[in-house]
Amino acid sequence: MSQKEKKDIDDRFKKFGTVSFTSLTKVNDFIDYLEKGKVMGTRCKDCGQVFFPPRANCYKCLSSNIEWFEVAGKGKLLTYSKLKYAPVGFENDLPYSIAVLDYGDYKIFGRIAGSVPEEEIKLGMEMKTVVNTLPNGQLNYVFEKA
Amino acid sequence: MGKVAIIGVGQSAFVRGYPGSIRELAFDGFKEALEDAQISVKDIDASIICSAPEYDKQRSPSGVFAEYLGLIPQPTCYLESLCSSTSMGLRMAYSLVQSGLHDVVAVLGFQKMSEISSAESQERMGRGADIQWESPFGTMMPAYYAMFAKAHMEKYGTTLEDMALVRVKSATYGQVNEKALFRKPVAAENFSDPNHFMSGPVSSPLRVGDCCANADGSSCLIVTNKEKAKAMSKKPIWILGLGAASASVNMSGRDLFTGLSVARQAAEQAYKMAGVNPKDIDVAEVHDCFTISEIMAYEDLGFAKLGEGKELVRNKETYKEGRIPVNVDGGLLSKGHPIGATGGSQIRTIVLELRGDAGEMQVKNPEIGLIHNIGGVGLYGAVTILGR
Repeated sequence: MSQKEKKDIDDRFKKFGTVSFTSLTKVNDFIDYLEKGKVMGTRCKDCGQVFFPPRANCYKCLSSNIEWFEVAGKGKLLTYSKLKYAPVGFENDLPYSIAVLDYGDYKIFGRIAGSVPEEEIKLGMEMKTVVNTLPNGQLNYVFEKA
Repeated sequence: MGKVAIIGVGQSAFVRGYPGSIRELAFDGFKEALEDAQISVKDIDASIICSAPEYDKQRSPSGVFAEYLGLIPQPTCYLESLCSSTSMGLRMAYSLVQSGLHDVVAVLGFQKMSEISSAESQERMGRGADIQWESPFGTMMPAYYAMFAKAHMEKYGTTLEDMALVRVKSATYGQVNEKALFRKPVAAENFSDPNHFMSGPVSSPLRVGDCCANADGSSCLIVTNKEKAKAMSKKPIWILGLGAASASVNMSGRDLFTGLSVARQAAEQAYKMAGVNPKDIDVAEVHDCFTISEIMAYEDLGFAKLGEGKELVRNKETYKEGRIPVNVDGGLLSKGHPIGATGGSQIRTIVLELRGDAGEMQVKNPEIGLIHNIGGVGLYGAVTILGR
């Protein structure tokens, strides 16, 4: 066997968002979960610390022993902004809103679903996080009214 | 009196489309600082070059600048903390000088942003946040700060009109700053006039007039120890307090959307080190990358109680004649924001004010000044207190 075996590159994360700037990550399973309709965070199995966005490593106890949990229930809208101007690569998504939801144990940064009329968006309102397929086939998650 | 002094300051004009290369841009700020300090390049023992990467093609600019400016064979290195790079450069220079490793250190900040389009620049700036988890949603700096504006308006009743007043104040002083990019007057009514460019939507609730502009520019600070400062300078300005902090890059890690935790933490450190409190500050430069940023800075620095920042600009207390003059050089909103050069420009203004050399921008007889310089979306914060 003189020829090097060609290794499969696990670049699933390039599917995240309109434009992904990362392809290799130890939490690539996040994408598989999105494909199954689930938004997942991670929890340290050694100290119990909860992470969103998901992490492969725990900074509190330095463990890499993590498990996945599903983002479920409702979060409260902390703040948002509707973009009328976009960075290169995102022009076709305009207009869209970015926002932060508070789930208590963790917060989530993402987009508000385009189907939510702006006049119905109020800070403090309850929202849920759902998987979204973008027009270009990429995957992300968005916030909908709970 | 402190242990370390700034004995020379310089900056280029901040412009769009600088007609030269980055080394030539750096020369402009460097030359002014050397002339200001009345020293020669041979007097400088080390240099720290500060900027945010990817706006120009040069990798490792410190070597290129050291050669072009005649700073070889002295040691040089590159330092970045986005928009707060030069303030962090000053912090490093302080420790190099205070440790005795070097006597005279040059801190040179620069940015040439006009080589790429505004949308490309927004994409670069957006990647100054979390590229794995946030940038794929299409983020940019105005949208992030707009989320802070939204939360501040909701919690404290700050209005769009209050934010417009910050820009009006900025323009008042931008007009007299010959190094500023925007030198035209701005009226509050411009923000309610749908035909005026200032009112154009960027990211709700922020409008064009709420945002600073990309620019090309350089700035330079010459830093030295007490003995050299006394021997070399007639008007050394002393570094009395230095504070710096960092925060979660991803917004999901933030607890505060009505202020910047890094500014509060850095201010507390700087006040403690200088042995002063907010009431002692005679003149300040704050990081008004957006109008809301200045209102939050008033509160984070203790110039106003939480939620009352708007009152300062409504009552003109931060104008030149007011209780605490802020950004009397026009701030980032009028000067433009060449990222790596901005902190040095803010520090330069306070040095000139404390020396009484600020010309038309001069406030009356200040003794203690403060600089608030933020990197990213409150990702890095540096607060510096200077005195005569």
